[in-house]
Amino acid sequence: MVQSARLDKLKSDLHAPLTQHDALVEADRCYFCHDAPCIDACPTGIDIPLFIRQIKTRNPNGAAKTIFDENIFGGMCARVCPTETLCEQKCVRNVGEEKPVLIGQLQRFATDTLMATGKQPYTRAAQRDTRIAIVGAGPAGLSCAHRLALHGHQVTVFDSKPKPGGLNEYGIAAYKTVDSFAAKEVEYIMSIGGIELQSDTSIGEKLTLDELKSKYDAVFLGMGLGGVNALGIPGEDMPGVENAVEFIARLRQSNDLDSLQSKIGRNVVVIGGGMTAIDAAVQSKHLGAENVTVVYRREQSAMNASAFEQELAQKSGVLLRSNLQPKEIISAAGVIQKTFFEYTETKGGKLVGTGEMLCIDSDQVLVAIGQNMQHVVLQGSRAPISMKAGRIEVDENRQSSDKSVWAGGDCIVGGDDLTVSAVQDGKLAAESIHTTLENAHG
Amino acid sequence: MADLASEFVGIKSPNPFWLASAPPTDKLINVVRAFEAGWGGVVWKTLGEDPNIVNVNGPRYGAVYSSDRTLIGLNNIELITDRPLQTNLDEIKIVKRDWPDRAMVVSLMVPCEEKNWRDIVKKVEDTGADGIELNFGCPHGMSERGMGAAVGQVPEYIEMVARWCKENTKMPVIVKLTPNITDIRFPARAANQGGADAVSLINTVSSIVSVNLDTMSPEPSIDGWGSHGGYCGPAVKPIALNMVAEIARDPETSQLPISGIGGVTTWRDAAEFLSLGAGNVQVCTAAMTYGFKIIDELTSGLSNWMDEAGYATVADVVGKATPNIKDWQNLNLNYITKAKINQDLCVECGRCHVVCEDTSHQAITSMLDGKRHFEVINEECVGCNLCVCVCPVDNCITMEEMTTGVDPRTGLDVSKQYANWTTHPNNPGRVAE
Repeated sequence: MVQSARLDKLKSDLHAPLTQHDALVEADRCYFCHDAPCIDACPTGIDIPLFIRQIKTRNPNGAAKTIFDENIFGGMCARVCPTETLCEQKCVRNVGEEKPVLIGQLQRFATDTLMATGKQPYTRAAQRDTRIAIVGAGPAGLSCAHRLALHGHQVTVFDSKPKPGGLNEYGIAAYKTVDSFAAKEVEYIMSIGGIELQSDTSIGEKLTLDELKSKYDAVFLGMGLGGVNALGIPGEDMPGVENAVEFIARLRQSNDLDSLQSKIGRNVVVIGGGMTAIDAAVQSKHLGAENVTVVYRREQSAMNASAFEQELAQKSGVLLRSNLQPKEIISAAGVIQKTFFEYTETKGGKLVGTGEMLCIDSDQVLVAIGQNMQHVVLQGSRAPISMKAGRIEVDENRQSSDKSVWAGGDCIVGGDDLTVSAVQDGKLAAESIHTTLENAHG
Repeated sequence: MADLASEFVGIKSPNPFWLASAPPTDKLINVVRAFEAGWGGVVWKTLGEDPNIVNVNGPRYGAVYSSDRTLIGLNNIELITDRPLQTNLDEIKIVKRDWPDRAMVVSLMVPCEEKNWRDIVKKVEDTGADGIELNFGCPHGMSERGMGAAVGQVPEYIEMVARWCKENTKMPVIVKLTPNITDIRFPARAANQGGADAVSLINTVSSIVSVNLDTMSPEPSIDGWGSHGGYCGPAVKPIALNMVAEIARDPETSQLPISGIGGVTTWRDAAEFLSLGAGNVQVCTAAMTYGFKIIDELTSGLSNWMDEAGYATVADVVGKATPNIKDWQNLNLNYITKAKINQDLCVECGRCHVVCEDTSHQAITSMLDGKRHFEVINEECVGCNLCVCVCPVDNCITMEEMTTGVDPRTGLDVSKQYANWTTHPNNPGRVAE
């Protein structure tokens, strides 16, 4: 019984959607600030006070358009944005009462209302003969595609995976996007028209970037980070050690949770301190793991996972441990037995091991210590694109050193691992591409 | 402990809170429940002549809400009692017998003939009721038949009917006034001329509470149509307060007792009515919104406030604020205030800035040294109080009086000398001495 209840949690909504009454009451809390700080805190710059006032005046479809004008993934961002470190952190309600307006949930109320009608609040401009290739059907790529299609351009989106959506489809915990929301949202966005999707198509091997550049008027790279950082410790190649992103993807795409449940470890150790680590840990717990420990090498306050996410994990029964760096994973007869960690401390701004060790019983280890860019996409490019620390360098318009290539999302320098930032990159790139092509074609 | 006992035109009640003539006082069962809850008195729902009227069989009420569905205003298209006259008279008699310490006033509305009024007044007298209230206020339905507000809008009729009643009964006569007129002083003076013992006001304000945009029917909708109704509740309180004050400070009616009605929801509302000259208050919408139990809050709140403020009896409060209501031209133009923003309390919403910038006097900053910062520019501030009105934080913005120095806006010395519109040197249109 307990286990089935947990499986329900795995696929049920983290926050119940606001009812109409809840939304009206919450909307009434917004002060409609002048030059509102929440707008500045939103990477896509949504006019938050305006959309909340539209909800309050029972104009939720108008509210949704205000949101979509800046962020066509407003529905997903309402679900996954760490609002407590973005818009809601800047809400002036925090000053007086430490309880911000629930901007994320109001955003969901508005976008859900309009999306339920199946109608987009936009009409596509007359089709132009300009063609743009987009690599990656994640938030960056599709945001770019939507804005370009809106302006009348013809867009082709390539994605290596069978389904579009990127990390929205493969990389976010199920309880944040129930009822196939990610897939429905992609369908909604694509309904603008003028966007062709080519799935299961990797760029770099058969179809190269140079070919895209020659066939299309512009290229946008939004393929994210396909590679996984290695722990670099003995034992990480053993069965039972898995990349957390793949673990989440497997879970999201599975139609058979019972079988996954039977395979979950008894003692799961998740190494890392970001959202992915938390998503993997909480879902492991829901799948029935008895002990789930998130182990992070720095102090807890340095975790990338937001305070809300950390609390969510703790409420779900996950133990958070910090200042521990992995040293060795011990297996016996092909099965993981334990993982050794070394305590750390920060000395003179540097993280160093203390020499003291801790052993955690573990039969499954999920690794969530970040990803890196797969350079295969850029391979063979005649004019190499300027890179920095393994990622693509872009200007404020998201244009790369190659003037026919724009890029956004996790694969660019400064990409901050947030859906909302990827959406903004795509939007800015689309406007820049549009302006560039208009100037070029008169 | 303050003494809440009330005596209004000779009618005694344990507290100054009466239920107004309305659905809560329609029947014995309601009124007994009210008295059990602790209400000081009732004005029984308006009696008319037989055959009794009939009400609509669809919705009678419409509401205006705040976003959290708090009821701010209520409108109704209900008429006077829809039960036979004798039924009401019998019940009034029983209740008055069983609750002798509570005020029992009976509201009346009959056609404008002396005989009709004489007949019904006699019947009410037989019940042992303490007084009558003449319903010259009801704005809907009955007014189409020449009663209610149709009388209340013609001062001559008010005076005439009041006089008939006074001549035909020893019971105190209270005249209930409609606000649906231009100047409330005229009907009040007419009631006074007719010998009325008191006026009560306000009755409801003619209103259409909302329109259903799907059906294009006004609300409440009767089969797709609507009719104007009477508006009441917290929304009408400011209108009622002003009308009470107008009568209380009119030399011709300043001695005429007033029963204050209109949006009394809390003890504080009641105290405000008393302070402007009402001898007691009548309540309806608050009871219809929350039930009779609110009387516990009304009495305890009024009593505690009177204790703290040093008032021993209700009569001590009555009219305390009336002398401070003046004609505009008498206000002191040498009283200078400037808004002041408490930076510790400011949440930086910027509302004060934007409303001052867009709609007033460009007297509040939005930036200081490149940072979000809201501060009053005394050189521009006219002291209008709009920023205080829109600030969402209690006491964050206050109006501070300038008592010395130079007003940076006008460059003139601050004077402690009283100077009004008719005398102030700044006013070129002042009346020459």
